[in-house]
Amino acid sequence: MNDLRSLKILVADDTDADRLILETIVRKEGHQVFSAKNGLEAVAIFQQQHPDIVLLDALMPEMDGFDAARQIKQLAGDELVPIIFLTSLQDTQSLVHCLDAGGDDFLSKPYNRVILKAKIKSFNRMRDLHRTMITQRDQLSQHHQRLLQEQAVAKQVFDNVAHSGCLNASNVRYFLSSLAVFNGDVVVAAIRPNGNMMVLLGDFTGHGLPAAIGAMPLASTFYGMVHKGFSMSDVLREINKKLKAILPIGLFCCATMIDFNFRRKRIKVWNGGLPAGMIHHKADGSVTPMRSTHLPLGVLPEKSFKDDFQFYDVSEGDRIFMWSDGIHESRSPDGDMFGEERLLEVFAQNREPETVFEEVLAKVKHFIGSGEQDDDLSMIEIRMDSPESLVHPNHYFIHKQQVSPVEWELRFEVKPTSFKSFDPLPFLLNVLTEEPDLRGFSGSLYTILAELYSNALEHGVLGLSGNLKKTPEGFAEYYAQREKLLDDITDGFVHIYFAYSANIDAGSLTLRVEDSGAGFDFNAHQGKAISTTGYSGRGIGIVEKLCRSVRYYGSGNKVEVVFVWINDD
Amino acid sequence: MSETQHLSYDVLNSLKDIMEDDFVLLIDTFIQDSQSRLQTLQQLVGGNDRDSIRIDSIRRDAHSFKGSCSNLGALRLASFCAVLESKALNKNVDDLGVDLAEIKEEFFIVRKMMLDFIA
Repeated sequence: MNDLRSLKILVADDTDADRLILETIVRKEGHQVFSAKNGLEAVAIFQQQHPDIVLLDALMPEMDGFDAARQIKQLAGDELVPIIFLTSLQDTQSLVHCLDAGGDDFLSKPYNRVILKAKIKSFNRMRDLHRTMITQRDQLSQHHQRLLQEQAVAKQVFDNVAHSGCLNASNVRYFLSSLAVFNGDVVVAAIRPNGNMMVLLGDFTGHGLPAAIGAMPLASTFYGMVHKGFSMSDVLREINKKLKAILPIGLFCCATMIDFNFRRKRIKVWNGGLPAGMIHHKADGSVTPMRSTHLPLGVLPEKSFKDDFQFYDVSEGDRIFMWSDGIHESRSPDGDMFGEERLLEVFAQNREPETVFEEVLAKVKHFIGSGEQDDDLSMIEIRMDSPESLVHPNHYFIHKQQVSPVEWELRFEVKPTSFKSFDPLPFLLNVLTEEPDLRGFSGSLYTILAELYSNALEHGVLGLSGNLKKTPEGFAEYYAQREKLLDDITDGFVHIYFAYSANIDAGSLTLRVEDSGAGFDFNAHQGKAISTTGYSGRGIGIVEKLCRSVRYYGSGNKVEVVFVWINDD
Repeated sequence: MSETQHLSYDVLNSLKDIMEDDFVLLIDTFIQDSQSRLQTLQQLVGGNDRDSIRIDSIRRDAHSFKGSCSNLGALRLASFCAVLESKALNKNVDDLGVDLAEIKEEFFIVRKMMLDFIA
């Protein structure tokens, strides 16, 4: 049988005979006994000896059992020291009095050894349980403190990442509680090279650090790409791809992203999984919702990702609101959810557009009332301003770009030693796509460059004939000849020239390629339909489709194409 | 409805088992205790005034005595004490002297039986 370890037990009874009996019983059970004749002594001995259990006679002189019990409980503090009242009181009121004074149980006279033994055992179990609970409570408290610290750190890190953005622009107002950040809400905003502002409000699934951690790659991707002029589609695709790769199954990020074109007074909206944002029209106070039409970020693989947008025309002074579901899901003390209706009420009742933002927050806070929860709210308001009145530190280059075009030229020569081993195309394409406007056309530009360069090298410099490529056998022969000629070549060149000219609305890229070959009779080819079947000859057909113009000159060893585009967001 | 048993030998025997060598000490202690308690009760009961503190003291002492009697198996004596306690609780001071005399008489019997037991 499991023997109880030896406990320290205090026995307090003013009757000598009774006390003697109890002391003996307790000692025989293997415990250490301390005796007191009255309440005062009992308290004094308790302070000195810290017994594990106390047996207290109810009626004693000097200080009775009730007062002694109260004092002992107070001295015990957090620790559970069971007090068993010794009494032959039987009326309910007296027994209640015992319990009220802090008694945990009674032992009636005449003392029964078996019962006392059982009670001691049971209370000891309770003491152990209690001690475990106190330890765990303290651990819990420590964990909670740590959690609060972590929240503060997360917010700090987030603020540092976000500071490169434009959340402090003059037409932006936002509210993001610490708890919201820690639970996975994120707001990022930046100005594109063309003057548009891009804003993304995201809400990662889950709570705490696992939710918040997704915000880091999202924010760094966003800021990295927007500043370089990538389009909203590009940014969304890249963020979706990254999140899909890093987030475990079942975790994703609901988000609304909006591109603000202040010149055209137009916004482009992509909403995947968040409650509808609102456009608040200054003219009549009406609201237009911007509903979710997509799956959240991090769910779909790249090829299935949909990056189509909703376009809205707005007026100067209109305010655009985005929020996570924190507002809609706030609960009143009764358990009601705030919901979209109440939100719309705020807009309906508002008289001064300037104050809608505060009114929403006030209404939510009032609704939550004295509820237990901290607020888990994220909300951002962007006002449609004219570009001139936009104030933001990173904004200096915007005006200039709007009016005067940007122009540059680039010349490049491929020399004989490079023909065989150096492919200039990736190199040149890299340079071209540093230009934000050209980034979206990298596929077309590569096609054009590839066709013109291979023609210049193979037909021009090496003098190979395209006729060989009309049959499969001819193809093999063609490339064998090509290899041999490249091995032997010692002179020649290919010049490549670019001229770029673009403004905020449109641009053109002129590309000229000149080779050191003999050329060909391009006039004879004019007018003939270019065959698009067969293995060769289709290259120029595609180039002609992609470019505004294709022109040969010189002896046919020079070609000029002009590629144009319009910036239509 | 008093108990007819002056002294329960079952109780005494199990006490003897527990106390072992201290059993005689226990009996002596009880007898000493009881004697001084009876003296105190005599003084309290003898007083004439209807002082409520005095009545409360009678109640407490009677209650205490009852307890230790029951511990030692003196069941009839315990029941007499219960009567005295109850009367004091109800502030009934009539004939308390009679009740006390009854208690004393019973005590003498119990004392003799106990001393015989340990002899």
